[in-house]
This record gives sequence, C-alpha cells and structure tokens, in this order.
Amino acid sequence: MAEQLAFLAHRQDDAVAVAVRDVGAGPAQYASLESGTRHEIEVLEPIKLGHKVALVAITEGSPVIEYGQQVGIAKADIVVGALVHVHNIRSARWQLA
Amino acid sequence: MATGLTGYRRPDARVGIRNHVVILAVDDLSNAAVEGIGRLVPGTLAIPHAYGRLQFGEDLELTFRTLIGTGANPNVAAVVVVGIEPSWTDTVADGIALTGKPVERFSIERFGDLNTIAAAARVAAKLLQDASEIERVPVERHEIMMSIKCGESDTTSGLGACPTTSQAVDRTVGANGTVLFGETTELTGGEHLIAARCVDDEVRGKFQAFYDDYIQTIVSQGVDLLGSQPTQGNIRGGLSTIEEKAMGNIAKTGSVPVVDALAPAVAPTRQGLNFMDSSSAAAECITLMAAAGAVIHLFPTGQGNVIGNPIEPVIKLTANPLTAATMGEHIDLDVSGLLTQEYTLSEAGDRLMEVIDRTINGRLTAAEAIGHQEFVITKLYRSA
Repeated sequence: MAEQLAFLAHRQDDAVAVAVRDVGAGPAQYASLESGTRHEIEVLEPIKLGHKVALVAITEGSPVIEYGQQVGIAKADIVVGALVHVHNIRSARWQLA
Repeated sequence: MATGLTGYRRPDARVGIRNHVVILAVDDLSNAAVEGIGRLVPGTLAIPHAYGRLQFGEDLELTFRTLIGTGANPNVAAVVVVGIEPSWTDTVADGIALTGKPVERFSIERFGDLNTIAAAARVAAKLLQDASEIERVPVERHEIMMSIKCGESDTTSGLGACPTTSQAVDRTVGANGTVLFGETTELTGGEHLIAARCVDDEVRGKFQAFYDDYIQTIVSQGVDLLGSQPTQGNIRGGLSTIEEKAMGNIAKTGSVPVVDALAPAVAPTRQGLNFMDSSSAAAECITLMAAAGAVIHLFPTGQGNVIGNPIEPVIKLTANPLTAATMGEHIDLDVSGLLTQEYTLSEAGDRLMEVIDRTINGRLTAAEAIGHQEFVITKLYRSA
C-alpha cells in the first residue's frame, strides 16, 4: 500500500522533518530531499502542515540540526516523534532563553 | 538565437518589460497633486510616498537614489516629477533624465496644487500617448535584470518555493543574466554560506561589513525579536528560529557565486548574482531593487505575502497547498506538488521559467492584476 508521505526532511542526517500535510498521532512515513527512501516514525502528537517533528532525541542545550546546519538550540529535552517549535527550541543567535 | 522574449529598449539601451508613465512625488506635500494628475490621466502610474522632507546625510542620499532609480528603471517610459520646491525636484528629475527618457518637472510653490495639476496633466497625457507608440522588440534573457526576495515564509518555502526559485536564478545567471538578492538580517545563521560564495576577498569583505553593521543596529536595540523577525506569520507556518528562516531564504539564491555586494538601491555593475544590503520588509526591499534597475521579481511565499510593486512585476510562487487553495488570487505558481514528490525540482523550475517568460512578454502577474503596488522608501534614521 502506497501510504501518503507525512514528513519531508532536507538532509538525511537532519534532526527534524517538516509535515507536508496535517499529521495525526501514530505511525507515519518520512523521506528526505536527498533520498527517496522512506522511513517510519511514531508521531506522539498531532502535527500541522508546515510544523516539525523530531526524528531523533535532542537533549536540552544541544544544537538542532536542519539543512545539515545548526538552526537552534533545544530548550527542553525532546523525544522522537514530538512536535518541535518555539516552545522547545530557540535561536542560538538571537535568543538568550 | 531567438528566445521568443520581447521587451522595451530604452534610450540608454537597458531593457524593460513594462511601459509605465510615472507621476513621481519628490515629497509628501506633493502627493495630493501627484494623485490628482493620476486621476485626470488614468493611464499614468501615480507614485506618492511618505517622505522627502527634512532628511539629511546618507538617509537623504538613499531617498534620492531610490526616487531617481525608480524613474530611471527600464520598465518606465517617461516621468513627470512633482515636488514642493524646484531645487530637490530638479535633483530627482535631472537624475532620471540622464537615461535619455522624457522627464518633465513641476514644483508647487508660487503655482498651487490646482495649477500644477492642470499643467502637469496636459504634459502627462502627451507623454502617455507617445509611450503608447513604443513597440516591443526581441531581447535577450541576460538583458532582463531579476530580483528575488521571499516573504511570509514558512517551512514549505525552504522545501519547495525557494529551491524552485534557485532553478530560475541558476538558469538566468547561466545565460549571463544579473540577479539581485538581499534581506541582510535574514541571512543570520547562514551568512557564512553566502560569504563562502563571494568571488573574492574584496566582495567578501564588503558583504561581511554590510552584514555586521546591520546586525549591530538590530542587536544594539536590546530587544527580543521573536515575532518581528521571524514574523508571527512565519511562526504560525512552522518556522521556529531566524537560523531556520535563513536556511530557507538562502535556498532561493541558486548555486552561483556572489559577484558583488551593493549598498541599498545601488545599480549592479557586474553580471551575475549580486547581494544588496536591504531590509527584509518586502515592500522596502523590492522598492530598493527596482530602484537598482531590476525589472522582474521572483517572490517565493509560504503563508501568503500579498505585496506587489508599482513598476516591477512581482511573481508569487508557493509550495504551501493551504496558501495556494485559499489565496489563489495572489499566487502565480503553485509548486506544492514538491512536498508530495509529485514532480521533480527541475520540472518545477521549468514551470517557473514558463511563468517568467510569459510575464516578460506581457502577461500580468496576480499582484498586477489586483492592483498591489506597494512603494516604500527605506529610512535610515529620523528626519531633522
């Protein structure tokens, strides 16, 4: 069964991927722009179109990698399948907390 | 080789793709007269604006450069300049007249609005009739200067709309064309990537100086920018940090080297991809780029930025299916199929090139069709 892709990442090693549609909690598939290979992830909470999911666990204070670059710092521990946004990551350059 | 592209070749040999007769205000006192002329001669394009008084130094120079560049832009056939007094009116009119295109000037003191409107409208009507006889001629792609800026971005911008724009940037520069990009603060997080693409240390140094100065201005205010930069719209769409926004932004600049770094509203002298120090506010940025001579603009959007520009057609593309579905009157190209891998990036690039070519040849963009003509002057500091 060809399931609808849920998330797209930029690079294969990115820590986060973007929802390409509204995604509900439960198993979902993601791929990267680099490779068409699909992987499965267990989504923990509803994630709206355009919002991000954690593909790997990110500990508080660690860099968040997207596009193969640091795009922020986790300000809380983030588990795989969790929504990633302004409540749990911050800018490394322009925010202190 | 015939490309099928046509345009207007101006007296200074530059090529435009529109044929506007502009009624240009030097200052805010002249707006009522400018608008009055525009109403009496409805085919002309009135450009009033909020400034032009008590400015000084670099800020005044930038406003003059912006006004002169707007009138000088190859999309403009002729200009009627209106100011409150003759001296600054002459500065703007003389600057535009260097292009060899017809320029007329009026100042309001000792005449009043009504006499000014009557005299200028007579002249504007004749200029409009003359302009209507200017014919399109075959032109080359490299003669059509392009500007790019993204706005109300979200995460779909970096995944789809911006990479699609990159296709057009690479193909345009590959055909020996010139492209302008800017949005200085929005490179934050990826500015090292732009620096690495500068062709030599001199350009890199100029770029780094522009970037560092702009950031210093922002940071020195001591304010948390979240909600302003990134914007509330960015955040609603899923963008979380300035760095993430920057990576999506840079994804539209192609893979070609950065050949120069320009001050705001300065015309490029080098063929290729040029950086221009500029605000990330869309209307300000495009106003500056049009003043530098750009005649067509590519605008990837995520959440749906709606602005246009009076003299430069703005092409809007989005990879956000919700935006394409709910804001269709503002969108020229929907590439949301990239998110679901329905077609390749190269195919999306082909579709964008088709929209570009049709726009060059006269097809109105969505923004032109529904009358978005935002003209915003960049201010560097308070007036005296």
